[in-house]
Amino acid sequence: MNKGSKKVNFLRNSGFQTVTASLICIVLGLLVGYVVLLIINPKGAAEAIAAILKNYLYYPSPTAVMKYLGTTLVKASALLMCSLSVLFAYKAGLFNIGAAGQYVVGAGAALYFGLKLHMPWYVCIVAAAAAAAVTGGISGALKAYFNVNEVISCIMLNWISLYCVNMLLTRAKEQSAPYTRPLSSVNKGALIPTFGLDKIFANNGFVTIGVPLAIMTAFAVWVVLEKTKFGFELKATGMNKHAAQYCGMRYRRNIILTMMTAGSLAGLGAGIFYLSGIEQWMVQQTSVPAMGFNGIAAAFLGGLNPIGTVFSSYFIQHITSGGSYVDKTIYCAQISDLISAFIIYCCGLVLFFKIRLNRWLDDKERHAAKTQKGGGA
Amino acid sequence: MQRVEQYAIEMLNITKRFPGIIANDHITLQLKKGEIHALLGENGAGKSTLMSVLFGLYQPEEGEIRKDGQQVQINNPNDANDLGIGMVHQHFKLVECFSVLDNIILGVETTKGGFLKKDEARKKVAALSEKYGLLVDPDALVEDITVGMQQRTEILKMLYRNNQILIFDEPTAVLTPQETKELISIMKNLAAEGKSILFITHKLAEIMQAADRCSVLRKGKYIETVDIKDSTPGKLSAMMVGRDVNFTVDKKRCRPQAVVLDVKGMTVASKRRKDNAVNNVSFQVRRGEIVCIAGIDGNGQTELVYGLSGLEPLKEGTITMNGADITHMPIRKRLISGMSHIPEDRHKHGLVLDYSLEDNIVLQRYFEPQFTNKMGFLRRKEIRKYANRLIEQYDVRSGQGAVTKTRSMSGGNQQKAVIAREIDKNPKLLIAVQPTRGLDVGAIEYIHKQLVAERDAGKGILLVSLELDEVMDVSDRILVMYEGEIVGEFEPDKVTAEELGLYMSGSKRKEKGVDE
Repeated sequence: MNKGSKKVNFLRNSGFQTVTASLICIVLGLLVGYVVLLIINPKGAAEAIAAILKNYLYYPSPTAVMKYLGTTLVKASALLMCSLSVLFAYKAGLFNIGAAGQYVVGAGAALYFGLKLHMPWYVCIVAAAAAAAVTGGISGALKAYFNVNEVISCIMLNWISLYCVNMLLTRAKEQSAPYTRPLSSVNKGALIPTFGLDKIFANNGFVTIGVPLAIMTAFAVWVVLEKTKFGFELKATGMNKHAAQYCGMRYRRNIILTMMTAGSLAGLGAGIFYLSGIEQWMVQQTSVPAMGFNGIAAAFLGGLNPIGTVFSSYFIQHITSGGSYVDKTIYCAQISDLISAFIIYCCGLVLFFKIRLNRWLDDKERHAAKTQKGGGA
Repeated sequence: MQRVEQYAIEMLNITKRFPGIIANDHITLQLKKGEIHALLGENGAGKSTLMSVLFGLYQPEEGEIRKDGQQVQINNPNDANDLGIGMVHQHFKLVECFSVLDNIILGVETTKGGFLKKDEARKKVAALSEKYGLLVDPDALVEDITVGMQQRTEILKMLYRNNQILIFDEPTAVLTPQETKELISIMKNLAAEGKSILFITHKLAEIMQAADRCSVLRKGKYIETVDIKDSTPGKLSAMMVGRDVNFTVDKKRCRPQAVVLDVKGMTVASKRRKDNAVNNVSFQVRRGEIVCIAGIDGNGQTELVYGLSGLEPLKEGTITMNGADITHMPIRKRLISGMSHIPEDRHKHGLVLDYSLEDNIVLQRYFEPQFTNKMGFLRRKEIRKYANRLIEQYDVRSGQGAVTKTRSMSGGNQQKAVIAREIDKNPKLLIAVQPTRGLDVGAIEYIHKQLVAERDAGKGILLVSLELDEVMDVSDRILVMYEGEIVGEFEPDKVTAEELGLYMSGSKRKEKGVDE
């Protein structure tokens, strides 16, 4: 119609809105974090925020920068898989707060297959995905057949999973330490190959093909949800299971399949992470790893778009890793987690900002219509 | 221009736009003091938007609102309350687990030191209810009383607040004929007392009985305000729809052919009670006839359809469609082998409201090779093409065409989308459950025509309806259901509505006519 409408249409574009809202959230989170640092100790606040944002850029040498960039990427790819898990279930109408537990089960299966059964890496990865899919499937089945809220069953399964995996991996731990034995010494074949990726990242051997695999999975999730019959059915079931049943979809099966797919994504993330050899499992840990929960924040910060989560996962991992560079002589050790937590918390506000933006546009349009008419009369 | 103010409320030249649509295009509505003024319009004509503007839920882009000749600014519902405007919504806004009295005083409680003083309120409510003949039991819980009494509670709520302008939004949709009569006499009483009443409806007979004047809206535009005494139902509906409306359904005599649906001894368990919702029901539907299941809501019609469509399992009995036993067939298979089902509740079963219109249009056929390739990918281009064809053919209106979120569409157009989907599947048996529920005259006429056209094309049609007019007009054969059983079978031209009513209420039953 008129010239202004093109601009408005651009502002109305959902992709643009998501990016804007996400950026606002990030800035807001950093501000809140900064204020908290100021309250605790104003002396080092600016440097601390800078350190969090810089992360590996803190190192002067380009080699070190590349190396730690690699490490951040490995962690980010695991986080990406968890956020894809949350996203996939969310798109199909389920809230998979169990990504954390599924991730734990995936880690347990991957490490057990690698350390105890001496399987090659691809078997370990498949085992991780399969075991996590079963875990997710339990919540799905409870929901489908007994209408048990998936949030409740997922939270309980998170803890059940953690202690089961701790028990299982105690069999594969080192003699004197509560950590699982390193894959590099027990079964090199269980380490995911690097195909030369380690060379790019200054011989950081943890950078494996798991990183590109995670990014490709994000794309695959998008394709499945938007382009396939499978995604069409799962989404329809999630949005209205009565309608799904009415038009002959097997809605119970669909709910279970949704949770199994979500579970397998989280499990795959754990496989990619632990089979890179970057970390060993601590068999006495009493809290579920944050990875699955951060996945929720990453999914929302990414605007519930699979491609968006690639960037949001990287960002969240970036500041989480960056937290360890905060000056510990000024602030206590927990401060880095606290600040990243503030930023992640603000990331949850993406939808809020999107709604506000639309309201603002509505107001403007109304105003424009008013003045336009007034001028003409 | 100086004259005595005769209008209680005036909405002058109100314009309200939404993205892609002008909901109200320079609408003027003037409500005289002490009159009953009907507001008539089809679904999507802009009635609800206009009322939302009056209650400050939307701000109009243009126009002004005047009360007693003074321009007023209404920014939110509280402003409307302060101006003495009250409304009985179509879906009542009552707290179910509160008593009638508690609901009436809710928000304007008289208190002393933080404690409720209900005695005064009780006296006032009793006086009001006596004065206007609004019979209620102040201590009954809302969840226990009839719909008619709930409505009277809503009216008392307005009177208790001393509202002078009373708005009734589709008040008769939920009432029995007797209750409707009562309501109209109450409205007349209120008007005689000097209250001004705005009566939103699309039932012409009620307008003729109750209203003094009537304003007609069509597609967001103001058409005319007429005096009822100079008007006829035909004129009003022509103004509302924009053309002459046929009240009776034109159809040739039916020529039933082979049996398409044969139900024998069907029994479906009830979810709420211990006994059966459908009890040993047998009937047949032939190609080329419209068989109508008539009855008062809750007499097993819903469960009967659930049993036929496979949403609920049968306890006993068999269903044969086109000679094949489908008693235990999964839903998808029934649908593929020629059953179409226009469901009773389009929001619960008929549509995925958060899907686009095109996705809902292919909801029953997305898995067919023309819409999904062998790899399991959807053929989006084909889906769009198909959806656009149906949208055009069945005149489904929406803001952005095929990609419109179904939730944002008007009820009538949502229903049209469901009907387009179900009819275009070219079924052998079409089960239509209350296909015209909540729709306006124009849409009802359209849907009835479609049903008759399908019948003439040789399809078997099972129509479940609660509206007696519809039952009498459309069907070729009528089965009356009462408490889960078929208590009579009739031909529409050999029975009167009153007679049917007796069967529907259980005062009469035929033992013959139910085939065993």
